[in-house]
Amino acid sequence: MRRVLEILRRSDAASQPHWQSFLYQTDDEQATVATALVELNEQDELHDVDGALAEPIMWENSCLQKKCGACAMVIDGVPRLACDTRLDSTRHERIRLEPLRKFPVVADLLVDRSVLMRNLAQAGTWLESAAELPAKRWDVAYEASRCLQCGCCLEVCPNFSVQNAFGGMAAMVPLARLLSEAPADQRRALAASYASAVYGGCGKSLACRNVCPANIDIDKLLSRSNAAAIWHRW
Amino acid sequence: MTIVNVVGAGLAGLSAALELGNAGVSCRLVSAQASERAQSVLAEGGINAVLDLMGEHDTLREHYEDTMRGGAYLADPNAVWGLVSDAPLIVRRLADLGVPFQQEHGAMIQRNFGGQKKKRTAYVKSSTGKVLVSALVDAVRRLEDKGVVTRAWHHELMDLELADGACEGVWVRDTHTGALELLGGPTVLACGGMGGLFGNLTTGTTTNTGNAAAIALARGVELANLEFLQYHPTTMPLSVKRMLVTEAARGEGGRLFALRRGEPWYFMEDKYPELGNLMPRDVVSREEEAVLKDPSCGGQVYLDMRGLSAHVWRTRLSDLRDEVRHYQHLDPAKEPLPVEPGIHYCMGGILVDERHRTNVARLYAAGECACAYHGANRLGGNSLLGAIRGGMVAARTLLDEDVSAQGRTQTRAAVSADTPASTNASLQTNTNDVERAMQKALVGCMGITRTQQELEAGLRSLEALPHTARVALARATVACALARQESRGAHQRSDYPHTSDDFRRTTVVRWQGDQPSIEFRALPEPRKEVPQA
Ligand SMILES: Cc1cc2nc3c(=O)[nH]c(=O)nc-3n(C[C@H](O)[C@H](O)[C@H](O)COP(=O)(O)OP(=O)(O)OC[C@H]3O[C@@H](n4cnc5c(N)ncnc54)[C@H](O)[C@@H]3O)c2cc1C
Ligand code: SF4
Ligand code: SF4
Ligand code: FES
Repeated sequence: MRRVLEILRRSDAASQPHWQSFLYQTDDEQATVATALVELNEQDELHDVDGALAEPIMWENSCLQKKCGACAMVIDGVPRLACDTRLDSTRHERIRLEPLRKFPVVADLLVDRSVLMRNLAQAGTWLESAAELPAKRWDVAYEASRCLQCGCCLEVCPNFSVQNAFGGMAAMVPLARLLSEAPADQRRALAASYASAVYGGCGKSLACRNVCPANIDIDKLLSRSNAAAIWHRW
Repeated sequence: MTIVNVVGAGLAGLSAALELGNAGVSCRLVSAQASERAQSVLAEGGINAVLDLMGEHDTLREHYEDTMRGGAYLADPNAVWGLVSDAPLIVRRLADLGVPFQQEHGAMIQRNFGGQKKKRTAYVKSSTGKVLVSALVDAVRRLEDKGVVTRAWHHELMDLELADGACEGVWVRDTHTGALELLGGPTVLACGGMGGLFGNLTTGTTTNTGNAAAIALARGVELANLEFLQYHPTTMPLSVKRMLVTEAARGEGGRLFALRRGEPWYFMEDKYPELGNLMPRDVVSREEEAVLKDPSCGGQVYLDMRGLSAHVWRTRLSDLRDEVRHYQHLDPAKEPLPVEPGIHYCMGGILVDERHRTNVARLYAAGECACAYHGANRLGGNSLLGAIRGGMVAARTLLDEDVSAQGRTQTRAAVSADTPASTNASLQTNTNDVERAMQKALVGCMGITRTQQELEAGLRSLEALPHTARVALARATVACALARQESRGAHQRSDYPHTSDDFRRTTVVRWQGDQPSIEFRALPEPRKEVPQA
């Protein structure tokens, strides 16, 4: 298999982005975009398609098996995990890689996602005392624990921006966990957070649902959280 | 006021930060990446604790004995007794933090895991680690909000600052800006295992490079038991890594077999009628290795999960099934899954005593980077426990020794980036060709079964490489394996096939001059309250 990776590069946030292409060839049918990036960077010298010497490609990775959210980037226009995107999933030879656009770029495909943590902190995403998890909410608590904090959902969200307080699905999912097991005396505070950090700002288009690489059941979490936080049906 | 550094934000680091923060002590939680990216999120099968929920009359003593036996009697008995004794409270606390442990009919349940006869492993489907991390991240976030815990995301450890045999702080590099900074203060290292020394051949993350252990070795910190490398019996090759098939697959009834002369041979059940497929990992991997070498067995081992009920698949292993279908294009409920042994866990690491102290004052270690509880082989479900308990105990010891003790609170203030670094950044980096040569040498001699000849050849290749801290760590690892002239747990020598009482000692390695120096150190005597194993 032969692929040309076209990568939107910049050495730091201040420099002008430019496209640079790299040829990657492999016999491994399981190879993903992540495989290609790992192996390109492992070469003693990295050359682009024109033979020019290139700096290693900056990107974030960790688990390489779609469990940690590190490698989220925009692949052919869609926010995805590099390690979950097989090279043979497209018939085109060219694959375009860009950093997630909603976050400040550090270099190349590497972005600073600390706003995710800031939003969760602002929304008060924690329990003040022991969890109370009714058996019927077990599946909600489990599902909501799975969020990778990858940020793919925010990429397609019309209402999210680093500047405002709306946290999008990346804040809704962790809040859904807390709403499912909040001790009685914390329910009001969490409901208020949910209303302001998520419910109020969300246009309910559910564009985010289709890109979540963890396939989180956003419908279930939303309807449960709305029932609790907005309609007070705990 | 003292500010404590916790380096690494997986379960061990989170647990240390939680303990320190709850005690009102300021702590910086420094990590190369966000907690959501830590290797802890990959843990699947569960966490061990004697809760006795399954009507089997489980006892602490049995958890202790299983752990000691699994570790081939090489673990510190006092530390293990502490581990198993604290486990029930730890798991209950995790439930209070909101971990939705697996339930049936509204009550929590436990499952079987390797090397243990009783159902002692609490779990959440096959995503236990992820769910634990989510709960601890939120708990630590509460302390961040109070200002007691501050996070330094995207900072990697570059060096330790030592003076008069004590740790003054850590040098870290902001991987987003490149800035170097000295963070003064006593330090807990919680950087995860050193599996990254073996590159792509492990089930772990790319972030756990082994650099932290390499830096520690270079700075005179004692490491121990590096020869004990766990090969997990059920992994699948994925491009650029190995993917784990959780031991829970066997805990729930999965069976290993090979096609011997075309007929399925369930070799573990044949050879070990009592524990069968759930023998400790070192034993299973060794048996697989033998089967793979046997020409009548077709060179392939399979995991047969066809007998698992639809209920088990749906409620307990649905995520595993999805994963296998996704990556292998195969439904494990309908077809046997080809598996093979793969590097999974490092029992060795930074040597700590039962209170998680290293040989350097004011430096502590916890989690997979530390050598603490697992002896010659770790039982599944004991390392999530060890990471969480280790972080907790390291923090408590530090509170006793470095924070409450008067006169020891004089910490050098953090200095800014332009201070001339004692840090030698080249200390740890290998060029790509050196890294490749190092991994090749290691893989060539540190397989499941080892020989003097291969180990010596491996060592010679490593000695010929440019000296970096990583190469030094690789040399120390092979030196440990060479020195242990016996077979025990995960360290098997075909030239010394027996276990020898003379070697029931900890392999302690430190860097001296230009080479590793090895000493076999006696294990601590068990205290009175610890059962005789
Ligand atoms: C696939 C898999 C499945 C597993 N399943 C189980 C199981 O079911 N039960 C069980 O008990 N155990 C299991 N384990 C083992 C267990 O998950 C780990 O041993 C445990 O989670 C380690 O936790 P930790 O906090 O020590 O390290 P980690 O979770 O690895 O965290 C390390 C932290 O250190 C940071 N870091 C690393 N290097 C540096 C550096 N140089 N500078 C700064 N920061 C750094 C990382 O960013 C991260 O935050 C499994 C392991 C794997 C790989
Ligand atoms: S539903 Fe629409 S507005 Fe709401 S979080 Fe998703 S993408 Fe954003
Ligand atoms: S909801 Fe899905 S897409 Fe959004 S951060 Fe979580 S895992 Fe990523
Ligand atoms: S590297 Fe973890 S999700 Fe891709």
